[in-house]
Amino acid sequence: MILQVDKVIKRFGGLQALTDVTFDLPEGQILGLIGPNGAGKTTLFNAINGVYPPESGRVIFRGKDITGLPPYEVARSGVARTHQVVRPLNELTVLENVMVGACFGREGHSRASAARVADGVMERVGLTARAGQLASSLNVAQKKRLELARALAAHPYLLLLDEVLAGLNPTEIEAILDTIRRIRDEGVTILMIEHVMQAVMSVSDRLIVLDYGMQIAEGTPQEVANDPQVIEAYLGDPKLAERLLAE
Amino acid sequence: MNAWRQPGFWLTFLLVLVGGGAALVTRDSTLRELVFTLLMFVALSSSLNIMLGYTGYVNFGHIVFFGLGGYAGFYLISQHGWPLYTAALVGGCVSALIAALLGAAILRLRGAYFALATIGINEAARAFVINFGPFGGPTGMFINFSAYQAYGGAMQALWTTYTLLLVVTLAVVVTSYMVKHSRFGLGLMGIREDEDAAMVMGVKAPNFKNIAYIISAFFPGIIGTLFFFKNGNVEPGDAFRLHMSIEMLVMVMLGGNGTVLGPVLGAVGYERLRGFLLTSPLFKNLHLAFAGLALLLIVLFVPAGVVGWLRSRFPALRKVLV
Amino acid sequence: MSQLLASLVDGLLLGFVYGMAAMGLSLIWGVMRVINLSHGAIMALGMFGTYFLFTALGLNPYLAILIVAVLGLVFGFLVYGVAVHRVINAPHLSSLLATFAVNMMIIGVGTAVLTTSPRNIDYSLGSLQVGPITLLGSRVASALTTVLATAALYLFLYRTLPGKAIRAVANNRDASELMGIPSSQVLALSFGIGTMLAAVAGGLVSTFFPFTILSGDAYEPRSFVICVLGGLGNPLGALLGGLILGTMEGLIPVFMPVSWVPVLEFALFILILLIRPSGLLGAR
Repeated sequence: MILQVDKVIKRFGGLQALTDVTFDLPEGQILGLIGPNGAGKTTLFNAINGVYPPESGRVIFRGKDITGLPPYEVARSGVARTHQVVRPLNELTVLENVMVGACFGREGHSRASAARVADGVMERVGLTARAGQLASSLNVAQKKRLELARALAAHPYLLLLDEVLAGLNPTEIEAILDTIRRIRDEGVTILMIEHVMQAVMSVSDRLIVLDYGMQIAEGTPQEVANDPQVIEAYLGDPKLAERLLAE
Repeated sequence: MNAWRQPGFWLTFLLVLVGGGAALVTRDSTLRELVFTLLMFVALSSSLNIMLGYTGYVNFGHIVFFGLGGYAGFYLISQHGWPLYTAALVGGCVSALIAALLGAAILRLRGAYFALATIGINEAARAFVINFGPFGGPTGMFINFSAYQAYGGAMQALWTTYTLLLVVTLAVVVTSYMVKHSRFGLGLMGIREDEDAAMVMGVKAPNFKNIAYIISAFFPGIIGTLFFFKNGNVEPGDAFRLHMSIEMLVMVMLGGNGTVLGPVLGAVGYERLRGFLLTSPLFKNLHLAFAGLALLLIVLFVPAGVVGWLRSRFPALRKVLV
Repeated sequence: MSQLLASLVDGLLLGFVYGMAAMGLSLIWGVMRVINLSHGAIMALGMFGTYFLFTALGLNPYLAILIVAVLGLVFGFLVYGVAVHRVINAPHLSSLLATFAVNMMIIGVGTAVLTTSPRNIDYSLGSLQVGPITLLGSRVASALTTVLATAALYLFLYRTLPGKAIRAVANNRDASELMGIPSSQVLALSFGIGTMLAAVAGGLVSTFFPFTILSGDAYEPRSFVICVLGGLGNPLGALLGGLILGTMEGLIPVFMPVSWVPVLEFALFILILLIRPSGLLGAR
């Protein structure tokens, strides 16, 4: 069990964003996190990686209690994350962006070896040609790949992907899904938030569904898609789920 | 560090070395006086750049490190007869210590709030010094002319101080280059671009900011001591001239925020412009207004400064214009 | 004891004007997240405006202040259009430096044209005797003016269309634009009102003390402290903060040399930022 989330509660003033979220994530699995907009998925990520410490509950990573640790400590422990709205380091080049991931992630590379790691990672996501360009000059799809590259450069044990497929066309989606599967095959555990249903259903081993900050379902893609609560909260039309899975 | 192989490093380093060394070679006093001011501002701007350019934190009170560190160093020379070299170093350490303490309080503040806090520092520092007996209160301190005998007479003392300043300036430039190209510098620039995202990637922002602040404070403390030693006295009005803080900002922005060469060019360029304006009867009183206009135009139209603009316009020059 | 009381009351009355000054800064910050570093200089311009109208036209200073208010508003439009508009969406550093540059220009031109010899407005409203304390007429008048101005500001923001537009833009600029609110104009208006308040505050101060073009500089750090005390973007908070600071300034010199005041204000400033950054009344 690489990650254990235990009864996490997160409040923002009067709003209860997460209520008693609890799940275990075995090593090497791809766990999909889905739910309607505003369900608290990104908030859960923020609670896990220390951006917003939870009001109560615990987050245990590789046996160590990381609840409420600052984000840089969590990153050093081997958790890397991408953001839903990309956050490139604008005035730095693509190479430098990825190097930051390598330098300050789990392995703490020196600048020289970080450059080598970065080269390898950029190759994987297909950004080598743009290594010397400023991050601000990339288009959205490339910036998404940069987010992914930065996270990969940290050689994390656990990768948190926040809507990494949003805004991509089907070909691009297939390419990223391929990369994700290969990352998993190398031993990285993946927790991914997604709205692109087909994609997350096809790549995930298991799914968790959040609605209004509460877990309403958990299971294989098949189980979750057929869960009436999920359908009601999310899809509205039960038949739609069948049609999606059939495709 | 393969700094020694980079053309960019040599360009900046040699610029300062040759520019500064010229006076030493020719033994020309007028040149020395002129270049002393230039070197001072080159060093001050370059040290400011570490916080402003690399870390992205606007420090309106940079002059405080010059003033307080200089006061401390001068105090040791004037009241306790310390030699210049050690006193200057202690002055630098005092500034660094102040930065460490101050930083612990105000570096938690982000962006604009931090800038506001630094504005108040200057006033607070001056008020403190005015009230602080050992530092001579409102009248400050002075050195007896005879003290210069220990350095081979007043003339020789001026040359020694100049040489020391040149060495310090070169040290600042080297430090600036090394920071920029180090893992530490990469972290700083990550903080500058997006502090939260940088932290998520593992950059220990609070520590890095503190270290950057301390480094940027150290050199001004040494320089302050040298400056006051050369003048023979120090008073609260001299040590905390807000104008100097402002002008340093303009120099960094003008030359190129976040580059090694930028503050050097900006300092020299601005100082020459200021000198020209001051001697011209028409502009004499307006040099502050012109500085303001220059800053506004830079911020509105060329925020990356001269070097920054050149780098974006001519990517091939990036190796050289660091 | 009566000495203490007199200082206290004096400081309190002065605090009203501090509050008015800070209100302008607070409004601009609240609406567009810009810290106007030319705030002090504009106050000084307000002082001089009142002075010149008084000496050249023989106008009652309090009437002159009305004119100064209008001039302050227009000047705000100018500063916004020239310096702030372009950098409103840029990182904070840009707008800080831009308004700072405006400050430098005002001070630079000001010192050249007006020199640094102090000016004084020789106009007395007499004094009021309340028990053991003598209240200066000018202070009372200024306090009243401030209260009226605050009331007017609130009426404007909550009862008029432009005022509501300002609050909308302060709340969510993009959404306001989608609703058809011309955000640039609204921002210009907000900036203008902010500078107007600063200029009026300057005008009021000119009836208290002699001043130079550099006098506004002393009020700027105070205004920051007050804004942070009361909550950035909260005009009523600014008033409250002003009263607190004024009282502090009235009390401190009774116990220690006046020159410690900046140090204590700075310490208070840092303390609030660290402990309760949203201010006593909460930011808006």
